[in-house]
Amino acid sequence: MTDNDHDHSRTFQPDHAEPTSEGARVGLALRELLIGAGHYTPEEEQEVIAAMQGASPADGGRIVARAWTDPAYKDRLLENGATAIRELGYELEPYEFTVMENDANTHNVIVCTLCSCYPRSLLGMSPAWYKSASYRSRVVREPRIVLAEFGVELTDEVDVRVHDSTAELRYMVLPQRPDGTDEWSEEKLAALITRDSLIGTQRVLRTD
Amino acid sequence: MNAPAFAVGQRVRIADRAPPVHHRVPSYAKGKVGLIERVCGLHGEPEKFIRGDGMPARRIYRVRIPQSDLWQNYEGTDRDKLEIEIFEHWLELAE
Repeated sequence: MTDNDHDHSRTFQPDHAEPTSEGARVGLALRELLIGAGHYTPEEEQEVIAAMQGASPADGGRIVARAWTDPAYKDRLLENGATAIRELGYELEPYEFTVMENDANTHNVIVCTLCSCYPRSLLGMSPAWYKSASYRSRVVREPRIVLAEFGVELTDEVDVRVHDSTAELRYMVLPQRPDGTDEWSEEKLAALITRDSLIGTQRVLRTD
Repeated sequence: MNAPAFAVGQRVRIADRAPPVHHRVPSYAKGKVGLIERVCGLHGEPEKFIRGDGMPARRIYRVRIPQSDLWQNYEGTDRDKLEIEIFEHWLELAE
């Protein structure tokens, strides 16, 4: 992970308060009941949380860097994301994994309007704004305006593709390789890639 | 068995209905027409899954819809698209 989280004020959101909504309380009560009835143990819950926290956008960065440097791998990644990602040793939940490629005339962005589906098993926990009602409702209806708020300025020459993750698929964007990186190693390239570029709320990767 | 009912490129309409159970079709997409972008795998039907039984599994398709068909006064180009996953039992061929 780079220091990307620190220099973009747009990603700032206040911490979530303790659960106060009825829905959150129901969720906590349900958890107590499920554990009490022996459906799973607190230890198993901790293992799942640890696995999710162990995943990070750096894993996505390594996959992107491989795709940039190995055209045959890129073809496999775009054809069947889950298979190609497992090829690099990453364990994925049994979701279909779809990788969408940005190019000079296409910009992809990912959302889950119905809840907040996110490729957690690969990228780790989602940012708070991804789960916000504002992002989820607006990025489908006015993607260019929302993207501009994230600093992504698109001309009319660039087509926007919004991917609504409504069911069983999970998505990752394959960002464009920055100019002037032809001689860069795969490792150095991987370090360029940010979480937001994998969601599609960042288009240009900084090389400085 | 379970051969896909639709093929890439076919025009399909997403059903406009509101079953009083959990389902995975957002209201903005109901009744809209798009093209099959990709034929995906078989997955448990959400309307039954929520009651503890998602079988038999249903085919999922990715459907590509022009943004200007979804939203009035859409601010963008007529080439902007939205792509969404829809279960087969929510789709029918469109003219």
